[in-house]
Amino acid sequence: MNDFIQQGLPQILFVIFCVLAVVSSIAVVTLKNPVSAAFSLILVLLSVAGIFAMQEAYFVAAVQILVYAGAIMVLFIFVIMLLSIEQVDLDMPENKVFWGVPIGLGFVFFLGMGFVLIKGSSAGTKGPFTTQAIEAAGGNVRVISEVMFSDYILPFLTMGMLLSICIVGAVLLAKRRVD
Amino acid sequence: MNHVGDPFIFPALITGAALFAVGLAGITLRRSLIAILMCIELMLTGVNLTLVTFARANADLNGQIMVFFIVTVAAAEGAIGLGLLIALYRNMKEVGTAHLNQMKE
Repeated sequence: MNDFIQQGLPQILFVIFCVLAVVSSIAVVTLKNPVSAAFSLILVLLSVAGIFAMQEAYFVAAVQILVYAGAIMVLFIFVIMLLSIEQVDLDMPENKVFWGVPIGLGFVFFLGMGFVLIKGSSAGTKGPFTTQAIEAAGGNVRVISEVMFSDYILPFLTMGMLLSICIVGAVLLAKRRVD
Repeated sequence: MNHVGDPFIFPALITGAALFAVGLAGITLRRSLIAILMCIELMLTGVNLTLVTFARANADLNGQIMVFFIVTVAAAEGAIGLGLLIALYRNMKEVGTAHLNQMKE
């Protein structure tokens, strides 16, 4: 039983998260009601956060839930309810023949990426941050913060500037009137 | 590949590729701006998943930091896109992309 909790349960949970992510991503694309699509997208983001946590990326998992599933999706649902978009006419092509192009495009991309993942090669040099090294250095969040505030300090500050510009841009765009 | 041995790597990569492909199909399939924005978020999530998985496979943290920045850019992109959507709806009373070109002055 203990062996099952250590070995078997994480794998079962991992498969559940993967299947849930893919199935609800298809629901995002196919559901016509925007609110249902948004909630399916929240389900995708939460399952991906679960996958992140199982790969020991705890900080990224927390950011995924707080920022993505929390803030961004609340913004989406807020806009859907503000504009009361029930269902959009001509949202999807009426003729089922035109469904072939997007599905084929997605399928080709998926096959291409799968081919690269199976046949591709990588440099093969492993970095210093193994599980044991991260554990010894004080955990995932501490190690990430040390790297981010030393090597990545300039991109980090640039992100602050980007967010400030984006607030101004969003307000200007939303107030815009075309005569 | 150097991810032999860890059972979580390959399914996660396939899931990331599937999320990206479904998002791409959604962008070409849907016509409403809000659905297209959600599909863009879907594609970004697939990329994030791939980055985190490779970061774990290579014992390298740079991928996780990249994901943090991508989430920030996605927040900015979502805010701008929804601002565009509100501007479009106020002027055209619709959310399709057909009349989006009339928004330029």
